[in-house]
Amino acid sequence: MDEPVPVRRTLGGWALIAVPYVWLLIFFLAPFLIVFKISLSQIAVAIPPYIPTFDLASGWQAFFEKLGELSFENYLWLTQDDLYWKSYISSVIIAGISTLLTLVIGYPIAYGMARSPQSLRPTLLMLVILPFWTSFLIRVYAWIGILKNEGLLNQLLLTLGIIDEPLVILNTNMAVYIGIVYSYLPFLVLPLYASLERLDGSLLEAAEDLGCPPWLAFWKITLPLSLPGVIAGCFLVFIPAVGEFVIPDLLGGSDTLMIGKTLWTEFFNNRDWPVSSAVAVILLMILVIPIILFQNQQQKIAEKEA
Amino acid sequence: MTRGPSWFNVTSLVVGFSFLYLPIVLLVIYSFNKSRLVTVWGGFSVEWYVSLLHNEQLLDAAWVTLRVAFVSASVATVLGTAAALVLVRSGRFFGRSLFSGMIFAPLVMPEVILGLSLLLLFVAMDQSRGFWTVILAHTTFAMCYVAVVVQSRLVGFDKSIEEAAEDLGCPPVKTFFLITLPIILPGVVAGWMLAFTLSLDDLVVASFTTGPGATTLPMKIYSQVRLGVTPEINAVCTILVVLVTIGVIAASLATRRQQVQKERDERTAFGAEG
Repeated sequence: MDEPVPVRRTLGGWALIAVPYVWLLIFFLAPFLIVFKISLSQIAVAIPPYIPTFDLASGWQAFFEKLGELSFENYLWLTQDDLYWKSYISSVIIAGISTLLTLVIGYPIAYGMARSPQSLRPTLLMLVILPFWTSFLIRVYAWIGILKNEGLLNQLLLTLGIIDEPLVILNTNMAVYIGIVYSYLPFLVLPLYASLERLDGSLLEAAEDLGCPPWLAFWKITLPLSLPGVIAGCFLVFIPAVGEFVIPDLLGGSDTLMIGKTLWTEFFNNRDWPVSSAVAVILLMILVIPIILFQNQQQKIAEKEA
Repeated sequence: MTRGPSWFNVTSLVVGFSFLYLPIVLLVIYSFNKSRLVTVWGGFSVEWYVSLLHNEQLLDAAWVTLRVAFVSASVATVLGTAAALVLVRSGRFFGRSLFSGMIFAPLVMPEVILGLSLLLLFVAMDQSRGFWTVILAHTTFAMCYVAVVVQSRLVGFDKSIEEAAEDLGCPPVKTFFLITLPIILPGVVAGWMLAFTLSLDDLVVASFTTGPGATTLPMKIYSQVRLGVTPEINAVCTILVVLVTIGVIAASLATRRQQVQKERDERTAFGAEG
């Protein structure tokens, strides 16, 4: 950028950077450090319900003394009680299966949108975005009435004579898969559509002219070129799904173990802040690799566009 | 891609969109159900809407939610637009990757982590929890969504108009308000609306960061849903869905009209030149 009045611009420029930067440092980064700190402290019957660990207010001397008192007890506790590690594993598996299902359902939708006439595309795009704007909670809630034993799906299937007894779907993992696929579908369709729309149609025509069957052309051309969209979409579904609380809580059963739900129970029902902090720290450690991969990919896409 | 749709494309679109919309449509239909049993149709009735008007707690919660959403969306729009300008315009500076990391991470961060960490921050700051802490929390994650929406608008921006204004001696702040803002306005408006609905919708972060006297509508709906599905909740949900739908459609029509107007103006301008 050319700078006609460098001094003023720089000052304003720095202020522009500083305000959102400092906000995020205080309200996004600092809280993680506090979570980490509290995960090392012990539960207490007090308000707030933990014994404070190191506290800079009481000086450096006290700080070093406290450093010796740090307890990894909460982490030890997480490894001993199999509820926690089972929750982590089952969250990752449920999120993984749901992501695959979302991809299988979302790809044909994004593909169909990219193939539709130009004039129709803004409307279709709008139709995908609209449910994303309506409340998440409401969309999850809507499925309860459908999936219940005496719900609308069972009523329909019984009337059609497809089944003799109502299917038990609500309060099973199946309902959780449906809930995650339904809630996160727009997150996958949007980036995928963006990369499919940019795809150069002449490549497919060339393949066809050279006698390539459509399925092979799809496999060799369309799929590899849409891969950035697939990856971005899968990250956008997988990462939040691992820590999902509302869906397993409302649609899942008592045997549906997901770490978001475990953390919630630990915090609100058992009021054990240190252990729930430790649960959050481990969850973050599990997710940090996919999050970094996601960011690198976003940056690459952004640089390509710029 | 320009090739025409096949039967497969049409089918997948029809099936896909039915999947997306059927649950919401059913929810709306059953909010007019006379029967208290949500899944048995007992005739048309608006009694659940009438009974909503007498449910003081629910109305209170709705009012709290709207105020939280309005304030947090507005602050988030200012911060998010600034962040987007930084991401696109500021080039390299110390800590840039940390900055963009802090913008993108909240988009995928599980809500339970965001909620818990903000709560612990407020406790550490000895801040009593309630209305304002929910606003701070919502502003923080909403600004990241605003930043991403505005950023995509800024990327396709013709910088020469701005440079022309500055060459003619227009101060940067004035250039921003006279030139940059009007051009990115659709993105800023979309960002505000997204921030507003995200706040309207949030259960998890609000549950962690709220205190006595600041129960939001999603928290109220959630606690009622846990007790069972009732037509009354369907009615609340229907109202919310209708409001959001009207808002989004109105905003997109306005944007599209502005776009058409802009194209027409540009054509006239270039026509006059030639």
